[in-house]
Amino acid sequence: MTWTRRHLITIEELSLPEIEQIHATASAFKKILQRNVKKVPALRGKTIVNLFLEPSTRTRMAFDMAAKRLSADVIAFDAASSSTQKGETLRDTAENIQALNADMIVIRHAAAGSPLYLSKILDIPVINAGDGSHEHPTQGLLDTFTMKEHLGSLKGRKVAILGDILFSRVARSNIHALTKMGAKVTLVGPSTLVPHGFTTLGAEVSHDLKSALADADVVMLLRIQHERQGHRHFPSLGEYTSMFGLNKTRASWLRPHAIIMHPGPINRGVEIDSELADGPRSVILEQVTNGIAIRMAVLYLCAGHQPEHVIASTE
Amino acid sequence: MPALWIRNARIVDPASKRDGVGDLFAEDGRIVATLSAAGRKRAKKIDAKGLVAAPGLVDIHVHFREPGQTHKETIATGSRAAAAGGFTTVVCMPNTTPTADNAGTIQYILDAVRRDAVVKVLPTGCITIGAKGDTLAPIGSLKRAGVVAITDDGDCVQSNELMRRAIEYARMFGLPVMDHCQDTSMTEGAVMNEGDVSIRLGLRGWPNAAEDVIVSRNVILSSYTGAHIHMQHISSAASVDILRRAKADGVRVTAEATPHHIAFTDEALATYDPNFKMNPPLRTEADRRAIIAGLKDGTLDCISTDHAPHTDYEKDKEFDFAPNGILGLETALAVVLEVLVRKSKFKLSHAIDLMTRRPARVLGLPAGTLLAGAAADICLFDPEESWVYDAKAGQSKSSNSPWSGRTLAGRVKTTIVDGRVVFPFAAS
Repeated sequence: MTWTRRHLITIEELSLPEIEQIHATASAFKKILQRNVKKVPALRGKTIVNLFLEPSTRTRMAFDMAAKRLSADVIAFDAASSSTQKGETLRDTAENIQALNADMIVIRHAAAGSPLYLSKILDIPVINAGDGSHEHPTQGLLDTFTMKEHLGSLKGRKVAILGDILFSRVARSNIHALTKMGAKVTLVGPSTLVPHGFTTLGAEVSHDLKSALADADVVMLLRIQHERQGHRHFPSLGEYTSMFGLNKTRASWLRPHAIIMHPGPINRGVEIDSELADGPRSVILEQVTNGIAIRMAVLYLCAGHQPEHVIASTE
Repeated sequence: MPALWIRNARIVDPASKRDGVGDLFAEDGRIVATLSAAGRKRAKKIDAKGLVAAPGLVDIHVHFREPGQTHKETIATGSRAAAAGGFTTVVCMPNTTPTADNAGTIQYILDAVRRDAVVKVLPTGCITIGAKGDTLAPIGSLKRAGVVAITDDGDCVQSNELMRRAIEYARMFGLPVMDHCQDTSMTEGAVMNEGDVSIRLGLRGWPNAAEDVIVSRNVILSSYTGAHIHMQHISSAASVDILRRAKADGVRVTAEATPHHIAFTDEALATYDPNFKMNPPLRTEADRRAIIAGLKDGTLDCISTDHAPHTDYEKDKEFDFAPNGILGLETALAVVLEVLVRKSKFKLSHAIDLMTRRPARVLGLPAGTLLAGAAADICLFDPEESWVYDAKAGQSKSSNSPWSGRTLAGRVKTTIVDGRVVFPFAAS
């Protein structure tokens, strides 16, 4: 199958074969990253602009690292020192970046739909690095990639996503990826943050932690996003932790081989016990490492390359 | 002014229950039963074969942005958009800059209307100073200056006590109070209907309950005081139910619905197009159907457009940051014909009633009928003619319309105000 997309905006719009193509490409890049020389010339001469209009540590660094591993030039757009502070519109900012001959834009934005909007304005590929509460496709791809590394096929696997689902782009991207891959997704957390409407996305909704964790192969924890909540959706962080925080007792309800995931940043002692975050079941740092390979794959494919080229080079 | 003789039109006048092919006459700016032989000879004759002659349309909810936001619209351009859409009387909202919360601003608006307007433009004033919901505006002075109603449209009076005093006080002057029903404590940061679609799109939801709470509040206050409250742009099925029960109980409430709330649902937001962003937001198919049912059984009194111009550069933004509101005047009739007459099997006269006599009645305006003696405000339209609406080529100064580029059926051919043809526009 030929890769045809120029933009990566959502996982919702990806087909299962497309997700598998990205995973296979990432797998090849992961091998390259374990070599002595970690750099390939695939995007030499290309310029990628990281347009991050919302704070980010991991995603921004991983995209930066991925682009550099592909030999692209990377320009970081710092929202704080940019014209957006002077009232420039997103359209003008983006058109200026294109006029500066950028070859690709990676955008992180607090407003849902912004990457789609940019993709309609610009002629160059647009990669969504997280748009508001909507999607964070590369996160969903790296999470499912990490799950596959530990569990093999995700068909029939049970994944519990625990925490602030309502405001989570990570949850949405994972729900789309996991359901396409045949996994069973249970969303769990306080009823105000896990509304019943999420069942329309093909996930189950539960407010009972025990039943949600029982027999789960994966538990993915999400941070409580204070910055997206106009009001408190629950009484206090203390109550949240007492009702839904993952501790040793609750982790014992999981299947023996189950893994614990978190997209970061972690609030230790809130959604997860510090000990568990560092424990043997935690794959949190593997997710970060895999994030580079996934972003390399996405940049590589959306720049117009085909998966088989890099896969062949590592076989 | 020459007399007017409109020939062979299908005359539809809900006020007189008239619906049949015939001739319509006007003299000295008023509808007359007939003209003398000499009068007919001199009269301006319009062949209206195949056209419907309806009372000039009445829209009790438009934003003409003057004073202060004239980059979006002016009384001149807004009234031309009205004329092109078949409207002869429009009521403009007071959320201008400065807000129309004082007699001076009303005077300014009326001066501009006299100077620039091609249709009848009637101002409203604010309920509270600056529409901030804290202190009553000088409602008596506003009335004396010429407002036809008061409203904080765009903002909803949150204090129940202040709303109660406002309707009691305004009642003394016979001034209707129009309310934009939104409990803002429930809609912080909200940009679309709360529901399955907002969950999918990751946009902050505006629950219909935030409208229902205020509609209920207004029903209670109206019932308690006996004062009239008009609920603007009802978007929620539950609100329609609340109003239906209130009306059955004889409470003095009225309500309106917009063309966009009967034409679209929140599914239209799938591409984050800001031309589908307005407040209240598009809701679900069940809500859309309930609004149509409410218009059918009279629970909702009329259609109003909430014509809300914004420039391209203001609207062309991230969905969260784009301002609320869309144009409505130039497309309303075609949309109503499509949704209510063709799809929902309303009689043509019923649809016209919802855009003429009934909105006029809500505010007690002398408009919306072709009875002899009434102002000769007439809309001639072809109910079937298919045309492509291009908002950029339209009369409004702005072009923020979700209907732009769409083929519509039903087209205004001639708009007449006080017996004078105001649309098509005379070459200038």
